[in-house]
Amino acid sequence: MSNATMNRRNFLKIGATAGGGLLIGMEWLAACHPGASGPATMQTLNAFIRIGTDGLITIMAPNPEIGQGVKTALPMIVAEELDVDWKKVIIEQAALDTDKYTRQVAGGSGSVKSSWAPFRQAGATGRQLLVNAAADKWKVDPAACTTEEGVVYHKASGKKATYGELAEKAATMPVPKDVKLKDPKSFKIVGTSKTNYDLKDIVTGKQKYGIDTKREGMLYATIVRPPAFGQTLVSFDDSAARKMNGVSNVVRFDNKIAVLGRSTWEVMQAAKAIKAEWKDDGTLESTDDYKKNFEKTLAKLPDEPKRKDGNIKKGFAGAAKIVEAAYECPFIPHNTMEPMNFFAHVKDGGVELHGPIQLPEKARNTIADKFKFPKEKITVMTTRMGGGFGRRLMTDFIEEAVAVSQLAKAPVNVIWKREDDMSGGFYRPMALYKYKAAVDANNKLIAWHHHSVGVTGNTARENNFPAGAVANLQVDTHEYKSPVTTGPWRAPIHNYIAYSEESFLDEIAHSTGKDPVQLRLELLAQAKANPVGKVDYDADRYAAVIKKAAEMAGWGTNKPGVYLGFGSHFSFSSYAAQVVELANVNGQLKINKIYCAIDCGIVVNKTGAMNQAEGAMIDGLGHAMYGELTLTKGKPDQHNYDTYRLIRMREAPPVEIHFMENTIDPTGLGEPALPPVAAALSNAIFAATGQRLRSQPFIKHEEVFSMQKKTEV
Amino acid sequence: MAVFNLTINKEDYKVDVDPQMPLLWVIRDFAGLTGTKYGCGIAQCGACTVHLDGTAVRSCSIPVSSIGTQKVVTIEGLSEKGDHPLQLAWEETDVPQCGYCQAGQIMNAASFLKDKPHPTDAEIDNMMSGNICRCGTYNRIKKAIQLAAKGGDHE
Ligand code: FES
Ligand code: FES
Repeated sequence: MSNATMNRRNFLKIGATAGGGLLIGMEWLAACHPGASGPATMQTLNAFIRIGTDGLITIMAPNPEIGQGVKTALPMIVAEELDVDWKKVIIEQAALDTDKYTRQVAGGSGSVKSSWAPFRQAGATGRQLLVNAAADKWKVDPAACTTEEGVVYHKASGKKATYGELAEKAATMPVPKDVKLKDPKSFKIVGTSKTNYDLKDIVTGKQKYGIDTKREGMLYATIVRPPAFGQTLVSFDDSAARKMNGVSNVVRFDNKIAVLGRSTWEVMQAAKAIKAEWKDDGTLESTDDYKKNFEKTLAKLPDEPKRKDGNIKKGFAGAAKIVEAAYECPFIPHNTMEPMNFFAHVKDGGVELHGPIQLPEKARNTIADKFKFPKEKITVMTTRMGGGFGRRLMTDFIEEAVAVSQLAKAPVNVIWKREDDMSGGFYRPMALYKYKAAVDANNKLIAWHHHSVGVTGNTARENNFPAGAVANLQVDTHEYKSPVTTGPWRAPIHNYIAYSEESFLDEIAHSTGKDPVQLRLELLAQAKANPVGKVDYDADRYAAVIKKAAEMAGWGTNKPGVYLGFGSHFSFSSYAAQVVELANVNGQLKINKIYCAIDCGIVVNKTGAMNQAEGAMIDGLGHAMYGELTLTKGKPDQHNYDTYRLIRMREAPPVEIHFMENTIDPTGLGEPALPPVAAALSNAIFAATGQRLRSQPFIKHEEVFSMQKKTEV
Repeated sequence: MAVFNLTINKEDYKVDVDPQMPLLWVIRDFAGLTGTKYGCGIAQCGACTVHLDGTAVRSCSIPVSSIGTQKVVTIEGLSEKGDHPLQLAWEETDVPQCGYCQAGQIMNAASFLKDKPHPTDAEIDNMMSGNICRCGTYNRIKKAIQLAAKGGDHE
């Protein structure tokens, strides 16, 4: 973010609270998006700092909380610059309430990144305002005043006053300009560990999630949807369902049937009693069809490459050696622990929405468009979410809830059965990656061809490593159209790219007799000295995490009885490198440990960051090992955790994580630790067995690697 | 439909429901205690774990008609002030991410710690592997259980 944006006149507003305290409003979104226009009023500001006369500091956090920890991390940034005692800070989740807040959005790994500058600015402005108030009162120079933990001091005269005592006066002062931000080296809150703000409510069962929403007169609802992607509803018989206990209504909309009633289980039971007839055009595909058709698609190049450096034909013509490999990746559902659900109440020409959504603003716009409600008649309250992973960037479940509430003329909470959630689509797209590389007589990588297809718009991240390090490089992708819906899934596309590319780099290293870590460092040195084309990453920061992870794992030191595999990746402006350490115990491979070095700039909340990185690695590992959703004629074959396997405690290895220390502004963290782990594991398996795992999930190659035996060794 | 009298967290509840309705939904939709979560409905994830006469069970897979006089305890009733050694250990270890699975994790751990106050790592793995955490907080869960176990007895 540029300073020009930060200095926008209307970015901050000062006012008094009803109780005589100080209110600092931030036009957070405008600060992030220079394009937003119009002067802000207190009513339109979407983040607040409130300093009560009692000295309590309330910070309203605008970003939805999906378990990534922003509700704790973002207020830490404000508290740091404001210079207050963290124990006196109260955090409130701000709603997307159209009466109060007009422009509020939230993103995935971008929350801390995009809030860093405006939140610091707001905190620092608040601090300066309180200092000015004290200086004015004491008739001293503000520059001679200092602050510490919510108190302003004037050392020379021995005077001091708490923020609470100064709040009333500060509310009448002009907004200070050009405030000084702290030197990151003097941070006292940022960079420490603050436990999850909702912790107490979570461990005592008081925390409310969307699925817990219940209102006077509300009906629970569950929906019967087409069992296969691409099917439509012909007719249905609901006579048995309507007679069941607790059922009050059955409504049809689009190709779906909703059953409403007084309890979740009763409507779920009744939904099973609906006899529906579905039809399709006879072209629905199964997993094997996708595989065959992907191969066919890759027989030709697309019209335009995504990226073209040098000339790969020439590169391959001058090759001393050519390496080729193909990698397959399956469809994967999100499986948030809290299944999809949403509360909707259509009334008075508008609708009240309440539930788990990663993009509340998008929800309101979509509903306004589709149902023709004026935007100001739509309110959205975001609940804490039982996981997001990208699934809650969609609004399909909200559109359904609105349709059902409208038809049934009642407030409803539409709750998805796990089976519906798992077969409900928006999957991580199935994809096939083919790579071809050439090395010259000096073992130098001179050509690289990425050719991929998947059920998504772009299967590549074309400006990512090794682009920039290879003279002749081409990236070609195809979108394969399918009625199966796909969408972002934690570290979208990066997860498969990192697996396939980083495994393929390992193949190149082994077939040219190079050390895999050394190969990467050489390529990065080249990208730094002589970058080819556009490059998104910083070669030095990239190389630093690679070296650090290698050092942590004792790479190259010949540890007896263990096998190491390496993987690294750049995503969401952050760098992650990992080493998986395997041991062969009585013929069974077991993960001893995963080592990880991350550079995401300044770490705001250490414990939260560790939790995120650790979770991302275990998540990535689990899905690489077990995750696969297959289809038979458009119909998902797995519906619940008896047939779809998620990683469990006995399969989760210890991890060791190191955050690179620097004073660079923070970048993404919720996702970047996930992508490298699958490659690091498959490369370790190769080191141990000589077997290359070119398709996920790895459990299909059980003969090579069985984690199930882990606890028995 | 039939009337059932239940004791949940020391309070008496009377519900008129289908005898087959799983305890989970009686707790959530009729008793209004939403700390117990729905994850799978088929005894595979552990999100719905509660205690029946002190033993951890998957409430999604137990019909209300089979409860009889057994006492039901949910996460809301695990301790009076939220100060069960596991709850404190969970706080100290900063375990949750999204938090959705955690009530089930704590209830499961609370029950098995009574029989095994000083579990080994492998025992924790085995006892806790019926509880899924999609956010991957397993290592912290394990750490928190060890921490609580160190603290002493769990009656
Ligand atoms: S909801 Fe009962 S075990 Fe999953
Ligand atoms: S903390 Fe999210 S599922 Fe366990």
